[in-house]
Amino acid sequence: MPAATQKTPARPKKPSSPKAPKVGLFVTCLIDAMRPTAGMASVELLEAAGCDVIVPTAQSCCGQPAWNSGDRTAARAVATPFLDAFDDCDYVVVPSGSCGGMLSKHLVDLFADDAPPRHRQKALEIAAKTHELTSFLVDIMGVTSPPGRYQGKVAYHDSCSSLREMKVKDQPRQLLAATGAEVVDLDHADTCCGFGGTFSVKYGDISGAMVNDKAEDVRAREPDVLVAGDLGCLMNIAGRLSRLGSDIAVRHVAEVLAGDLSAAPIGGGQDDAPSTEESR
Amino acid sequence: MEVSSENFKANVETAVVDDNLKGAMGKLTGALRPNRAKAVAGLPEFDALRDHGIAIKMHTLDHIDTYLEQFEANVVANGGHVHWCADEDSARQTILDLCRQHDVKTVTKGKSMVTEELGLNAFLDNHGILPLETDLGEYIIQLRGESPSHIIAPATHLQQHQIKETFQSAHTHLDADRPMDTAEALTEEARQELREKYGAADAGITGANFMIAETGSTIIVTNEGNGDLTQTLAKTHIVVASMEKILPTMDDAGVMLRLLARSATGQEMSVYTTLSSGPRRQGDLDGPDAFHVVIVDNGRSKMLAGSEREMLRCIRCSACLNHCPVYASIGGHAYGWVYSGPMGKVLTPSLAGLEQAKDLPNASSFCGKCEEVCPMRIPLPKLMRNLREQQTEQKMTPLKQRVALSLWSALASRPWLYRKLTGLMTRTLARLAGKRRVFSWMPMIGEWTKSRDLVAPEGGSFFDRYHARTQPIKGADHDDRTQ
Repeated sequence: MPAATQKTPARPKKPSSPKAPKVGLFVTCLIDAMRPTAGMASVELLEAAGCDVIVPTAQSCCGQPAWNSGDRTAARAVATPFLDAFDDCDYVVVPSGSCGGMLSKHLVDLFADDAPPRHRQKALEIAAKTHELTSFLVDIMGVTSPPGRYQGKVAYHDSCSSLREMKVKDQPRQLLAATGAEVVDLDHADTCCGFGGTFSVKYGDISGAMVNDKAEDVRAREPDVLVAGDLGCLMNIAGRLSRLGSDIAVRHVAEVLAGDLSAAPIGGGQDDAPSTEESR
Repeated sequence: MEVSSENFKANVETAVVDDNLKGAMGKLTGALRPNRAKAVAGLPEFDALRDHGIAIKMHTLDHIDTYLEQFEANVVANGGHVHWCADEDSARQTILDLCRQHDVKTVTKGKSMVTEELGLNAFLDNHGILPLETDLGEYIIQLRGESPSHIIAPATHLQQHQIKETFQSAHTHLDADRPMDTAEALTEEARQELREKYGAADAGITGANFMIAETGSTIIVTNEGNGDLTQTLAKTHIVVASMEKILPTMDDAGVMLRLLARSATGQEMSVYTTLSSGPRRQGDLDGPDAFHVVIVDNGRSKMLAGSEREMLRCIRCSACLNHCPVYASIGGHAYGWVYSGPMGKVLTPSLAGLEQAKDLPNASSFCGKCEEVCPMRIPLPKLMRNLREQQTEQKMTPLKQRVALSLWSALASRPWLYRKLTGLMTRTLARLAGKRRVFSWMPMIGEWTKSRDLVAPEGGSFFDRYHARTQPIKGADHDDRTQ
């Protein structure tokens, strides 16, 4: 099925009103470096929802690679610069369940024990106001209709952190359905794709077996586009789909919701795939 | 049992291309996972029951000395004996001494993971005592000379045709043309082989799912009834149990049993739940003449005082194994010791030593499914992370990793510099990839590219684009206070 997308016409960007919640976007290092379009789409979605968006520059990575490697010192060094960066914000929004989980669930543990009390306090403040993007739009901002329109079949992949740490499940599906898309679930939707950050480069055989299972699940559904809220999963699944010769498009969920398909899909997929069975 | 977890990576390499294993692991997604989901959905109070169970376990661990002593007093009052063993050497020796004391030549065994920990079968065999496993799965792997690959389904790594081959070569006294093509036929064959052995055994050795302090009873659950035959037909019953299996009361056991079967196989209760409360008394129709309980520490006291304490809540249901995508990809043997899956990744380093099992706590994507399904809500990812942290503190991690992490953190803690460098790198990579948009190989990350392509960056950075939109002033990105 050909996938078409467009923004709803005549929907001017809402000017920020004094009552507009001030939202600090935590961009994530992967989106900044690998997929700027997903970051811009996130800004657009938040503004369309009536938020006053700021993007503090005192941020790079959430520190998770070091935290999950058991290196507390390195993780603290990376997380410290952004501890003060969101002071003025009502919310911190992250277009990633994984980095969102780091901020809202692990930051407090990272700055526990011997950390300076001020850092611990800041970590608590950030944890309390951090949300994953799609759940923020639905649960906090009450968004029911995102700007994008998508006529096609969308498979949504649940990242483990989104699903288990951030309790994101129905929100992105509701928003995707509101774009006009046909939303389908994968067979083993709650099974990890095998990314796991540094796990994927330390244990390539296991990670490779896991992503192969996930890619087969995706192919079985024959979606026009596979979306997820986490760039790590997307790069992993797109990489395997590409290796398998599939041309299913892979995109960050924000791109489809914002109606911004200007960038080529992640990896080697195509938006307008020739609708032959063989190519899938 | 000897620890071979240092071979983890080599084991994995073999496991992921083993088609028999891949086929066998289909049982997890095909049966065990949906069965548990159905059982949990059928019990609305399951989560409340979990909380109750956890409270019981935490209370018991806080007072474990009291309850273990109460248990001992009641076992003795029932006419049995309790033996305290600090490590595997003393446990093995104690069991051997008991066998000699009761003039035991052959033993039947119910499935027991702690006896695997002790390497008991090989030890008894070396001392002239023949151990015969009676659990179907254990029987199969004993014939094959293998160790269990799963804590409740020890032969889960095998497909039916492999079991048929095993029986063909082991049961040479049977008609070569007998029907062996159904699971029922194979099970019946094992049943007939085992049936005559029970009565002939001098001692039965079982594990214990629980020890009950208030009654001095031990409890085992099985689906085959082999445990009952093992412990009631032999003259001597020896129970081997690790110390954390203690529970204060029979009511507590009721809570745990309801959690255990649902989490393990999706049953409401296991088929047989068997209590042993001492030797045969006057007027009893059956039961052993002697009843011994060997309580094994073997590293648990150390765990009780350490950062892995929560692991002692484990009731060995195997839900974490059954739902683990890593376990499903590599099977249980790759882990290199008695316990596999997520619980093994914490237990093996805790009991056998972190130095011997460096890979285990690291080989997880931290997907969190194990913690989600654990009836005791053991925070397995957190415990693995603790072990990773201990490795960092003790400089056990590879030098390459330490250098890479410290270089990366030096950069990432300076956002402006970090963006300059990643920007340079991503622009270069985007150009190199060109229209193909992926790389099929990349130096340093061969582990990634051997099974999947590396996606090329889109080109440019978010911050460049965002600032171009909001503050088209050259150099805005240079000030880290800019918002």
